[in-house]
Amino acid sequence: MLPAPFDYAAPQTLDEVLTLLDDRAEDAKVLAGGQSLIPLLKLRFASPALLIDLNRVPGLDTLDEPDGILRIGPLFRHKAAERSSVLRARYPLMAEAAPQIADPIIRNLGTIAGSIAHADPSGDWGSVMLAMNAEFVLRSTGKTRTVKAADFFTGPFGTVLEANEMLAEIRIPAAPAKPGAAYLKLERKVGDFATVGVAVQLAMDDGTVRAAGIGLTAVGPQNIKATRAEQVLNGQRLSDAVIKEAAAQAAAQAEPKADQRGSVEYKRNVVRVFTERGLKRAYEQARGGG
Amino acid sequence: MVRSITVTVNGERRSAEVEPRLLLVHLVRERFRLTGTHIGCDTSHCGACTILLDGTPVKSCTVLAVQADLRQLTTVEALAAGGALHPIQEGFRQEHGLQCGFCTPGMMLTSFALLQDKPDPTEEEIRWAISGNICRCTGYMNIVKSVRYAAARMRQQAAAPVGASVRS
Repeated sequence: MLPAPFDYAAPQTLDEVLTLLDDRAEDAKVLAGGQSLIPLLKLRFASPALLIDLNRVPGLDTLDEPDGILRIGPLFRHKAAERSSVLRARYPLMAEAAPQIADPIIRNLGTIAGSIAHADPSGDWGSVMLAMNAEFVLRSTGKTRTVKAADFFTGPFGTVLEANEMLAEIRIPAAPAKPGAAYLKLERKVGDFATVGVAVQLAMDDGTVRAAGIGLTAVGPQNIKATRAEQVLNGQRLSDAVIKEAAAQAAAQAEPKADQRGSVEYKRNVVRVFTERGLKRAYEQARGGG
Repeated sequence: MVRSITVTVNGERRSAEVEPRLLLVHLVRERFRLTGTHIGCDTSHCGACTILLDGTPVKSCTVLAVQADLRQLTTVEALAAGGALHPIQEGFRQEHGLQCGFCTPGMMLTSFALLQDKPDPTEEEIRWAISGNICRCTGYMNIVKSVRYAAARMRQQAAAPVGASVRS
């Protein structure tokens, strides 16, 4: 399969990227890892007139923690996340999700920011970002704005990104102490999209939940922040009853559709079970038990 | 809009005029005539088109040829450089790591990259490493054995004193 013809630009600075994007906003696409975009081009689901390749711009593949905020550049790849000692030590939800993305070869090229901008409701990073209360820095020529992950996704493959904007940075508030986390993903085989995925992050204060974050994958038109489950948990002492109630709320907030991977009831039940398991695992971790 | 690119393929510098939409796998197979790289699913699932880009395995059906400009490509043809089989190829032969052979070039290059990174991988590490390469014949048992064979042989070669014969 060959994509429809397009022009190709590989600028060497971010300013050039933004200028090109501004000039050609309506018919340009930004190419990061390409592991979703190139298949789309080949299937001709997308046929932009111009591809702007970020890969020749130095310094975009970064992960820094300069001021209590984790900052991730637009070319930070899944593989780098998988290998990052910073993520393993302090952002365990990302460390746990990274090796579950696609397959190892795709992870060599695919990027976290690209995956988020692509906004596939079956994408894993969206849920992780929702659970971690991430913010996205959107840049265009002369304008920078910051949008919460919870306000970013608008539907299947839809985001608030304007045609002349790019996702320039992911920002994640640093956890005061190492939180507990789990990413549970049901897939038919390695490399498949999730049938259901649940991202859980728990920051604890003794036995009390200081902040709970839960994101749901592949059970709605977009990644869902399970806010009702989070509310059940926040400020509570974690007991089996509270965990059960939170899991029930997450399942209720899911909006799955029946397809070849399962029925609505089945998927909703997987959300419930995964939320329960994820919370228990995260709690053990946050207490220092593993 | 045709662009001129220069890549180093298996150690040799080569130039080509390409349309931006040309996929890397087509550059390798059709322009450079290195047909050891296979096109399988053409949808980035199967891994038959795996080649190394600056030493890292990529699915060459999901990379544009223009993206490889000024970079290094390694295809399966590089493994037997000098006419002697690479230990990985030897492993696949000794342990019957292939039946139809279609996935083999991709399997071997992924294994090559794995062994650069981890000279003594466990069975589980091998299985995870090749999980982006699909084989429909072997059930993977013999592929895993082949990689273990290659790992042992390569460690043996690395340990051999300088000047000693490394091939039995």
